[in-house]
Amino acid sequence: MDLLGGINPAVLVASLMMASVPIIFAAIGELVVEKSGVLNLGVEGMMIIGAICGFAVAVETGSPVLGFVGGALGGATLSLIFALLTQFLMANQVATGLALTLFGLGLSSLIGQGYVGVKPPPVDRLDLGPLSDLPVLGTILFHHDLMVYLSIAAVVAVWAVMHHTRAGLVLRAVGENHDAAHALGYHVIRIRVLAILFGGAMAGLGGAYLSLIRVPQWTDGITSGAGWIALAIVVFAGWRPGRVLLGAYLFGGITVLQLNLQAAGARIPVQYLSMSPYLITILVLVIMSADRRRIASAPASLGRTFHASR
Amino acid sequence: MDRRTLLAGAASGLALSLAGRTALAQAKEKVKVGFVFVGPIGDGGWTFQHNEGRLAVEKEYGDRVETIYQESVPEGSDAERVLTQMVLAGCDIIFTTSFGYMDATNAVAAKFPNVKFEHCTGFKRDHANVATYNARFYEGRAVCGTIAGMMTKSNKIGYIGSYPIPEVVQGINASFIHAKKVNPDVTISVVWAYTWFDPAKEADAAKALIEQGVDVILAHTDSTAPLAEAAKTPGVIGFGQASDMANYKPSPRVSSIIDNWAPYYVKRVGMVLDGTWASTDAWEGIAGGEVQVGEITDAVPAEVKAKAMEIHDAIAAGTYHPFTGPLNRQDGSAWLAEGQVASDGDLLGMNFYVEGISGEIPK
Repeated sequence: MDLLGGINPAVLVASLMMASVPIIFAAIGELVVEKSGVLNLGVEGMMIIGAICGFAVAVETGSPVLGFVGGALGGATLSLIFALLTQFLMANQVATGLALTLFGLGLSSLIGQGYVGVKPPPVDRLDLGPLSDLPVLGTILFHHDLMVYLSIAAVVAVWAVMHHTRAGLVLRAVGENHDAAHALGYHVIRIRVLAILFGGAMAGLGGAYLSLIRVPQWTDGITSGAGWIALAIVVFAGWRPGRVLLGAYLFGGITVLQLNLQAAGARIPVQYLSMSPYLITILVLVIMSADRRRIASAPASLGRTFHASR
Repeated sequence: MDRRTLLAGAASGLALSLAGRTALAQAKEKVKVGFVFVGPIGDGGWTFQHNEGRLAVEKEYGDRVETIYQESVPEGSDAERVLTQMVLAGCDIIFTTSFGYMDATNAVAAKFPNVKFEHCTGFKRDHANVATYNARFYEGRAVCGTIAGMMTKSNKIGYIGSYPIPEVVQGINASFIHAKKVNPDVTISVVWAYTWFDPAKEADAAKALIEQGVDVILAHTDSTAPLAEAAKTPGVIGFGQASDMANYKPSPRVSSIIDNWAPYYVKRVGMVLDGTWASTDAWEGIAGGEVQVGEITDAVPAEVKAKAMEIHDAIAAGTYHPFTGPLNRQDGSAWLAEGQVASDGDLLGMNFYVEGISGEIPK
């Protein structure tokens, strides 16, 4: 199985699945938020709060599972501030989201003071018995921790709910035309707050995955831009769950591939390798959404403030 | 003697007579010190150590100093803004602690001749109020490279580079030369992360190296993430970089290179206080105490430890230079003849690999 100068493709695919988990969680959460008509630019802030909350809870309790719960709760709590400001106090969503990122970065650094250099409890990969011993497939599919499977499950669940249930239809209606949804008797604010909380919890999970499994440690600024990548992927994926997964795997995959190519001594200038994840991901998603018949457009009420009096 | 010389003579005479008093006037009661950091002080590595230096300054001078700092300042034009802000906030001396602040430091220094600037790891001193300081990290690399060469079972060692600048190339070359000395079969794989601080990316780089069969990882980035990644795979070892990273003892962290900036910061701030500061270019290493090699743990056999300490002690005593000939460049052309030692100028502009390293340095 040696191609590309000594890089084992099975191992590569396995690493890219792992590398993409934080972005998948954050992006699928943000997709739901944006589908409800809210633009929350605070993904980076919620991720890093999730990273430190998850880390702190896991260290204090010794349980990574509780850590992930803590991370999700942390992200959701921070997003609650956003919900209060934008849904009840009618603050500008763009400004509030940016402020949320700055606040999250600072607050995480404060909470994290006592956790620098601490090792979190280890997370074992899921024991799948004989499945893990399958030749190529075992390496690719059955050598992961639980969160990798959960991230894929989350994408499938969001897709199913969004397109095949009444709740999903209502959510999309609120995002497309909040006045009409309100006239039909749907509680626009309540639905949006729930969507924002979901987005926060997912971003928090993604962050906790970074600090508990992928890196695994706490350092200030650990997300270093992953939240922004997630935001970009939602837009370039045209607000479709399947393409979010594709975009995240492309980005994660090329990131891992370029490092492996370097380590294997491939004769490609490093500058091209370094920019390739950004370039190729955007290029592929732009080409895919260039299809005129199924043009992907933003939810019509995205970023617009709703008030029942109008 | 024309009038101008006469006036100049009179002025210098006056200055001389006032010399005693002027020296007192230049000495300051209190100084404000600014630090510009490239990462967060909680990185556990590079910036953490600089912050330790800042704290040492506060401890040494107590009420006579006030320090301010700014974390995670991007290298480039943002740095100029931050520096200007620090000057306007009343800083008397500002330390800029990353290579990429070089041009910004000199540009701001031109505008404020009364403020002292100290740039870490750079070489530009365009103005009289700019000094540079650096540490001979490559001396520590020589010790780590020796351990790496003796410890690797796959004969593959990996190096996570940040940016292709001379300081990092020195580190790669010094590591490889000394690994090769004790293990002729060793090869080195270099991965350029193009960042000083991005734990996720650093961990990915370490993971990629391990997947390529590397079992000793040397990192030239700022966080502890490469060690955390190494800890996941049994048998893989690494080194603390910039800071001791003692949390990863006894393995994967088997030793470390510690940057000890405190004495330099205390000395230079003291010079501003008593008015004797002048633009200099400081470059100390193991002998000067700016570079320290952290405890070599029991995860390595005694003879490896002894060999590493032998190199360390020889460098400390000044009897051995890590870049001593015969050494060839990567293309096979001669660089240093038998017994010849690399000049500081050669090291500061180092942009080539030594013979035996494959791959190219990105331009």
